[in-house]
Amino acid sequence: MLLREGEVRIPSGCAVSAILNVKGRCINGEAITQSIACMRERSNGLGGGFAAYGIYPEFKDHYAFHLLCETEQGRLDAEELLRQNFLIDRSEPIPTRKVIGIENPPAVWRYFARVRPEKAVGCSSTAEGNLVTSVVMKINKHCDRAYVASSGKNMGVFKGVGFPEDIAAFYRLEEYEGYLWTAHGRFPTNTPGWWGGAHPLGLLDWSVVHNGEISSYGANKRYLEMFRYRLELQTDTEVVAYLFDLLHRRHDLPLELVCRVLAAPFWKDIDRMPEPQRRLYTALRQVYGSALLNGPFSIIVAHGKGLIGLNDRIKLRPLVYARKGDFVLMGSEESALRRIFGEPDEVRAVWGGEPVIVELEGGSAQ
Amino acid sequence: MRSLLPPEYIVRIDQDRCRRCGRCVRNCGFGALSFEHSFWHRAKELFQGSTEDLQKVIAHVEEYVPDRVVADNRKCVQCHYCVTHCPEGAINIEPNPLAYKANHYWLPHYQKNIVKQAESGGMILTGSGNDKPYFSYFDHLVLDACQVTNPSIDPLREPMELRTYLGSRPKALEIEQDSDGEPVLKTKLTPQVKLEIPIVFAAMSYGAISLNAQKALAMAAKECGVLMNTGEGGMHRDLYPYADHIIGQVASGRFGVNPEYLERAAMLEIKIGQGAKPGIGGHLPGEKVDEEVSRTRMIPVGSDALSPAPHHDIYSIEDLAQLISALKEATAYTKPVGVKIAAVHNVAAIASGIARAGADVIYIDGFRGGTGATPMIIRDHVGIPIELALAAVDDRLRQEGIRNQVSLIAAGGIRHSGDVAKAIALGADAVAIGTAALIAMGCHVCQQCFSGNCSWGIATQRPELTRHLNPEEAGQRLANLLRGWALELKEILGSLGINAIESLRGSRLRLRGVGLSEQDLEILGVKPAGR
Repeated sequence: MLLREGEVRIPSGCAVSAILNVKGRCINGEAITQSIACMRERSNGLGGGFAAYGIYPEFKDHYAFHLLCETEQGRLDAEELLRQNFLIDRSEPIPTRKVIGIENPPAVWRYFARVRPEKAVGCSSTAEGNLVTSVVMKINKHCDRAYVASSGKNMGVFKGVGFPEDIAAFYRLEEYEGYLWTAHGRFPTNTPGWWGGAHPLGLLDWSVVHNGEISSYGANKRYLEMFRYRLELQTDTEVVAYLFDLLHRRHDLPLELVCRVLAAPFWKDIDRMPEPQRRLYTALRQVYGSALLNGPFSIIVAHGKGLIGLNDRIKLRPLVYARKGDFVLMGSEESALRRIFGEPDEVRAVWGGEPVIVELEGGSAQ
Repeated sequence: MRSLLPPEYIVRIDQDRCRRCGRCVRNCGFGALSFEHSFWHRAKELFQGSTEDLQKVIAHVEEYVPDRVVADNRKCVQCHYCVTHCPEGAINIEPNPLAYKANHYWLPHYQKNIVKQAESGGMILTGSGNDKPYFSYFDHLVLDACQVTNPSIDPLREPMELRTYLGSRPKALEIEQDSDGEPVLKTKLTPQVKLEIPIVFAAMSYGAISLNAQKALAMAAKECGVLMNTGEGGMHRDLYPYADHIIGQVASGRFGVNPEYLERAAMLEIKIGQGAKPGIGGHLPGEKVDEEVSRTRMIPVGSDALSPAPHHDIYSIEDLAQLISALKEATAYTKPVGVKIAAVHNVAAIASGIARAGADVIYIDGFRGGTGATPMIIRDHVGIPIELALAAVDDRLRQEGIRNQVSLIAAGGIRHSGDVAKAIALGADAVAIGTAALIAMGCHVCQQCFSGNCSWGIATQRPELTRHLNPEEAGQRLANLLRGWALELKEILGSLGINAIESLRGSRLRLRGVGLSEQDLEILGVKPAGR
């Protein structure tokens, strides 16, 4: 029997793309779909997906859980787990349409929920985050064929098996308005045929799209396991998402430094840094050496307040940055960025190991 | 008592090629070679005091034909010093072909040992590491490489980083911002020692090995940016210039341990046990304690140096915690303190206890680890393989969430850079090499280190033998070995598609087992090849 994702590790090649309006102005899903569709030959129809931010203004303080459920029992079990910890204010199927090329879709469902008052330990955002994370991990592990695609506020992940433009049509993304969109087209070397295995990967407000194969996966995985993360999917994207979660949310490292851990500067460069920078970077590598992502990757990490683009430290995969007015674009290929708004004001390749951190003006969406 | 043992080896001397230069006769530490009827001996025989005798002597001088070199096969240990250094290539040493009656159980090895003990009534001593045909896990583990989906990296064109730090690490770093808003480090890290290659030299004391051998190790450690280890014999003043690259060991005998010694070393190590002799103390015979050893070890000349089996102030894990903290206090928390243990059955729990006792580094020595002297019965039958011990310890420390608190050094039978890479993938931060380092200096693993007769000038204090070892040349050989292994490690990393050694550490997915049982695979945390 063919093992599905999570039971076996499947290397993939990919296309990634992202659009952010730094003023927080919302656009619908058509632009990002055009961009990722432009790189069709970088995917093979076995996975596509989108993350969209700012799409649920009417529920912007609720956790929006997007679930992919292959069995009804799995969905009910997941719902029960959610109910134990959250007050669910709305529960509904995510609107879809029939699309040629999208076969056997699972039930896609969304829940808008608030943490139960009695569960809100200390009311800190970290404690709430830990609760959401643990519930997500429990559903993914214990509920039959149910999988949480995203669990953030005012955002959602839409993904599945198919070419990304077909997935966009399936989820009717043209009907959503968001200020930040990321997209992913997948080229797995095996046929998982499982929707949970598609990207982006979402956890809390974070979503990750990733192109590459992280050769240090084993070291990173065992490092994360020490902090009680369960790597159910065996994918690199999962590793990236959890590392951001650990280093930024739990260890409170600034995003710039998180990137400097994941794509660490070489010792030869650290040795030449002035103090106290050298001391800082030496300590980062000494303490977080096991979090170094080694091997080819270009990743785009989105969160509620912005976007991070990062290449591996010797740039083994492509990543291009462009700016057009209020829009910042990133993607695997320049063509995909030009496809959206025509000639950009600025376009350049991202350096190996260079974190490109773009934040919303004023810190949050309008 | 007359020995009934047949010689183990037969020394063959090609008398046609031999120029009778006498080098082999002078150099053999075991006195296995001599001139037959030496010139002076014969002359003395002839001269009884009369004038006539004198004429006979003159005739003898005129007729003199240089004598033959002959071997006392019983004394030969097959160390190859004479073979290697004979300018004519006239010597060869073969195992004695004498056949014992075939018996798969009573192998000649056991029969000979019984005879030896029947003659001596003592324990059989040996040196070096366990040489019995136990299963080698290293030989049943293979490394991964990249093809297509992730590219391999060319170490000739891209940076390849082997740098490793030994020391305890906090779980997380705290960062604050300076007045310009730049991030600066708030956490104060405990001391870290840098290795440019993830390899250190194993502890070999002055006394067990010669000062020349220690100097060679120190020079190579300095040149390559790694560490050597004093062993338990104190630090000779000639090593002071290399102190930044020296681990100062504190063993049960406390030889040579004083505040200056602790102050000088780059790192300290409490030695609890050794892979070749877990639970066994040490005994440096008084004959080896000359003026210099005496001064370095701080014991009287000619006195036996006895290392007790346990430390007499460590009878529990809390006692160890006290010594660790005493050493840290004594050195004002300026250097990491490690603990060396032998790999025994319960090694994972012990290591976890040591980490919690405050050690910064744990050095695990597997049952193939070498020694200067040990009862053979202990060396060959006590302890477990380093591969299994290392995997168990790394697993346990991770399960308990304290792997970051300690660095792990794995030792005991590391033969090549492949073993180094496999040990690191199993979870080690670095490895230690003892036997491999000795071989680089000339050792042929004759296992007679305990005899003090080492012809190679390594495991001896006899001045006529220690001068056989040139510290500069031996140091260069060691540095060359490390360089060669470092190059190979970089190739391995490149083929794995990673460019920093920390990306291999504990990455057991990059290993596969060939011909291992399910249980072995489970303990090692490794999948079988093909999966």
